[in-house]
Amino acid sequence: MVAKGIGAAVPRKEDRRFLTGRGRYTDDIHLPGEVHAVFVRSPHAHARILRIDKGPALAVPGVLAVLTGEDVAADGLGHLVCGWLVKSKDGSPMRMGKHPLLAQGKVRYVGDRVACVVAETLAAARDGAEALVVEYEELPAVTSLAEAEKAPVAVHEEAPDNVVYDWELGDRAAVEEAFAKAHRVVAVDLVNNRLVPNAMEPRAAIGVWDPGTDGYTLYLTSQNPHVHRLVISAFVGIAPEHKLRVVAPDVGGGFGSKIFVYGEECVVLWASRKVGGRPVRWREERSEAFLADAHGRDHLTHAELALDAEGHFLALRVSTRANLGAYMSTFSSCIPTYLYATLLAGQYRTPAIYAEVKALYTNTTPVDAYRGAGRPEASFLVETLVEEAARVLGIDRAEIRRRNFIPKDAFPYQTPVALVYDTGDYATSLERALALADYAGFPARRAEAERRGRLRGIGISCYIEACGIAPSAVVGSLGAGVGLWESAEVRFTHTGKVQVLTGTHTHGQGHETTFSQLVAEALGVPFEDVEVIHGDTAGTPVGMGTYGSRSLAVGGEAILRACRKLIDKGRKIAAHLLEASEADIEFVDGAFRVKGTDRQKTIQEVAFTALVPHRYPPDLEPGFEASAYFDPPNFTFPAGTYVCEVEVDPDTGRVSIEKFVAVDDFGRVINPLVVEGQVHGGLVQGIGQALLEQAVYDPSGQLLTGSFMDYAMPRADDVPAFVVEFAPGTAAAANSMGVKGCGEAGAIGAPAAVINALTDAIGVRVEMPATPEKVWRALHGRRLAQAAE
Amino acid sequence: MYAFDYRRPSSLAEAAALLRQDPEAKLLAGGHTLIPTLKQRLARPSVLLDIGHLAELRGLREENGGLAIGAAVRHGEVAASDLVRRTIPALAALASHIGDPAVRNRGTMGGSIANADPAADWPAAVVGCGAILRTDRREIAADDFFRGLFETALEEGEILREVWFPRPERAAYAKFPNPASRYAIVGVFVAKFADRVRVAVTGAAPAVFRATEMEEALTRDFRPEAIAGIRVPEDGLNSDLHASAEYRSHLVTVMARRAVEQARAS
Ligand SMILES: Cc1cc2nc3c(=O)[nH]c(=O)nc-3n(C[C@H](O)[C@H](O)[C@H](O)COP(=O)(O)OP(=O)(O)OC[C@H]3O[C@@H](n4cnc5c(N)ncnc54)[C@H](O)[C@@H]3O)c2cc1C
Repeated sequence: MVAKGIGAAVPRKEDRRFLTGRGRYTDDIHLPGEVHAVFVRSPHAHARILRIDKGPALAVPGVLAVLTGEDVAADGLGHLVCGWLVKSKDGSPMRMGKHPLLAQGKVRYVGDRVACVVAETLAAARDGAEALVVEYEELPAVTSLAEAEKAPVAVHEEAPDNVVYDWELGDRAAVEEAFAKAHRVVAVDLVNNRLVPNAMEPRAAIGVWDPGTDGYTLYLTSQNPHVHRLVISAFVGIAPEHKLRVVAPDVGGGFGSKIFVYGEECVVLWASRKVGGRPVRWREERSEAFLADAHGRDHLTHAELALDAEGHFLALRVSTRANLGAYMSTFSSCIPTYLYATLLAGQYRTPAIYAEVKALYTNTTPVDAYRGAGRPEASFLVETLVEEAARVLGIDRAEIRRRNFIPKDAFPYQTPVALVYDTGDYATSLERALALADYAGFPARRAEAERRGRLRGIGISCYIEACGIAPSAVVGSLGAGVGLWESAEVRFTHTGKVQVLTGTHTHGQGHETTFSQLVAEALGVPFEDVEVIHGDTAGTPVGMGTYGSRSLAVGGEAILRACRKLIDKGRKIAAHLLEASEADIEFVDGAFRVKGTDRQKTIQEVAFTALVPHRYPPDLEPGFEASAYFDPPNFTFPAGTYVCEVEVDPDTGRVSIEKFVAVDDFGRVINPLVVEGQVHGGLVQGIGQALLEQAVYDPSGQLLTGSFMDYAMPRADDVPAFVVEFAPGTAAAANSMGVKGCGEAGAIGAPAAVINALTDAIGVRVEMPATPEKVWRALHGRRLAQAAE
Repeated sequence: MYAFDYRRPSSLAEAAALLRQDPEAKLLAGGHTLIPTLKQRLARPSVLLDIGHLAELRGLREENGGLAIGAAVRHGEVAASDLVRRTIPALAALASHIGDPAVRNRGTMGGSIANADPAADWPAAVVGCGAILRTDRREIAADDFFRGLFETALEEGEILREVWFPRPERAAYAKFPNPASRYAIVGVFVAKFADRVRVAVTGAAPAVFRATEMEEALTRDFRPEAIAGIRVPEDGLNSDLHASAEYRSHLVTVMARRAVEQARAS
């Protein structure tokens, strides 16, 4: 038994440096001779660039270079790419407009990069940016998703009607047939509000070209440094892959927004060459982050559920429009398709499902993955519809779910939307959540609230997600441009300490702790003797990074496999040292022992022997390290039940969350403390989406919610003390640990729980975010209607 | 930020003189409005005159049955002051809900009043109490001070020195915060004096204003029911992303009722 192994609530190793201000983020890195970059951004949502006069900017003392789209083209650099090819119903490929590093000819959203000014100081770079003369011819803009298809404006000539693709999934005929026979059809129209990711650390980059080696180094706020290296070399073409090193040091949150390859980091890297190899640094302002970091969500959906008289789901029909913004960001195409429609079965055995998704360009900031990425949209839709069905049919909201759950014994379960769920036990989570929430006692609480003049409501959300992204062959067949395996290397030093190198990247998730626990358990070494290293393409094996709750389920499994290879090798060495046959050696508690005896060598002794091979098996390589790659055979499917209870102040429309219960089946839990933290963060983001957050553009394309003065981020007093419990759990089948992933669950499951509770409280559904005025209007409208009767 | 000089005058007179000499100079108190403005390059002062430490602006004392609060007294100091809590507790309560601890520990009452943000809290207390604003050159009645959006009666180079608040029998401030900024979408300060009631509304319009119909009703009958049916007209109220004029008008009544309830309970 290892003290801080699997299942132990070990406090996070990394917190010492984070909580004492010793983290080392990109902007903390200073290099000799460094200079500063500032980007000039478009003030218009859509305009032609008539002329750029660099003269006045170059005249500012300290300004070294002014770079524009023309310079990018002159140097033969390529464009940013979207790495997942999605095809329309008719088989035609998605219509992707060019996504230049710096605008070429046209700007397409407020905040679009027009030029980069490099100067000796930040102040000089700002002065230069201000002095730059850019003449625009304003063009009409389309900013509303609802109007994008009909607008007389094409954001890109490649997509004249702004439709990037018109995609479908599922058996349309079977769905039509089921609807024709249905007892009842329930329909909803939903807005999935556009969100701004707002990681605590804004994006930053330092580009360095070394004239001596002709090599490049990019320090960057990245969730996946190897993906950055790949795209910047293969598509943008700044440096060949072997001459480019990408370092992602401590990163202060990503939530998806730091997966993507943006123009800024490419320009900064290229600019270093333009200024003779001096390091070029850039860090965005918070107001830039609002404009320039890829946004999330932004769907409009019409959905219908066909039911029989007992409330069994017969078929689901979904039609969604998804806003991709002005350019296709790195993974934007797969979010509203393969990460969305494939989850529409939810936890239910709905036999027929058909979904169609139209992705549209608008003159707004690009939209891409944001915590949950597609799955929150799917879960919100399914769980809103289920409660609507319960209301319409007069069936209890918990009971209608029980009737439709995929039963425990039906796994593996093939859904009608491509995925095969490996394991699950939805009813157990539901019942446990209802008990924790005292569901039975709710009517009394509601009556008590009523006496205080408050409206109280309760809502449930039974979410499911697909994590552990992803089986390479599966995503490859669906258009992905990369494999989604993960890698690891585990090394012993002479003194018996362990270095673990991972291709994933931690930016708040606590990998350094969780992976150390995993290795401590697997190798029987002290937790404190394990160091997890990540985030540097020069020092870690090629990996695909961290998103989609994949780091443990995919990256952790790679680490374990490397550990197993070491144990296999150690057995050979121990057998030699103990003069026993390899078959007689067992590995127990960190030592290789001759079965049935007390003769043993610790793994540290074995490692030392491998590194100082004086007495060593003749045909064995020295060294005690192993690497492994893991390509998962399937996704994992975390699922759970959230129960939310709200109170509404009818005078103001203000909603307060009184109680929130989360019961999650994450499979095996390595560190309950870390997992609970992940759930809390996700829930807060989910509650933020439900009640507070929304990016709003005016018709001309200006972002009205461009700062925290107008964009409402959830704060501690907006959320209650959460009740979080892990379901006994079903082990995931796709990895040997049985882990599923926990990083996104809260953000996926929470919005529907909150909105369902609110609908229960006030009797009408309000679109997210359910701001006080919207709630007050809904109540007021009802009062007026009642008065008129 | 653009480059600027920084000066730390040692008296109000010196500050006033420096301000007179240089029309591009600007006063710096807590900096919690001014510095964000500078960072966004929305202002370009030649020099910042830091008055946050001046003893003449830092007093907090009982005077004439009321309270005189120096312009450079910080929100947090008002919130924590025993004297304020004893004499006009509504002011301490108001100050304790401005921004977050960092804002309250730097931001000053005078800075907020001089800035006259339409959503700021202090103007409601100033007008609600019928305070007197004392500058380096004169006294101004609260009702004459706030002129419009970010507009006050302060003249070029005039420095707010302190504010004298008469002590109401009862008073309370009810704020409906903007969920994003936590400034007031609507804030209503109700103050009951022996002979009359004053009701001041912030957040709802381009500048703080008095709800006179409510004042009359409450002077007759200081109970929430007395104003339940009174609505300030939507016309002229702010309408934005966060709240329409119609909703703000409704909230004024709700917040006024709640302020009266609180005042009665105090
Ligand atoms: C995050 C955040 C949240 C906030 N939340 C709230 C809130 O909920 N409610 C609220 O009311 N406010 C809020 N504020 C504003 C805060 O109260 C400011 O501190 C205040 O508005 C300005 O005071 P200051 O001392 O910081 O003034 P400064 O920023 O130093 O100055 C503001 C302006 O007033 C002028 N000035 C300052 N002192 C004087 C004087 N004595 N005479 C003449 N002119 C003067 C300055 O020249 C400048 O033009 C918030 C601010 C921040 C940053």
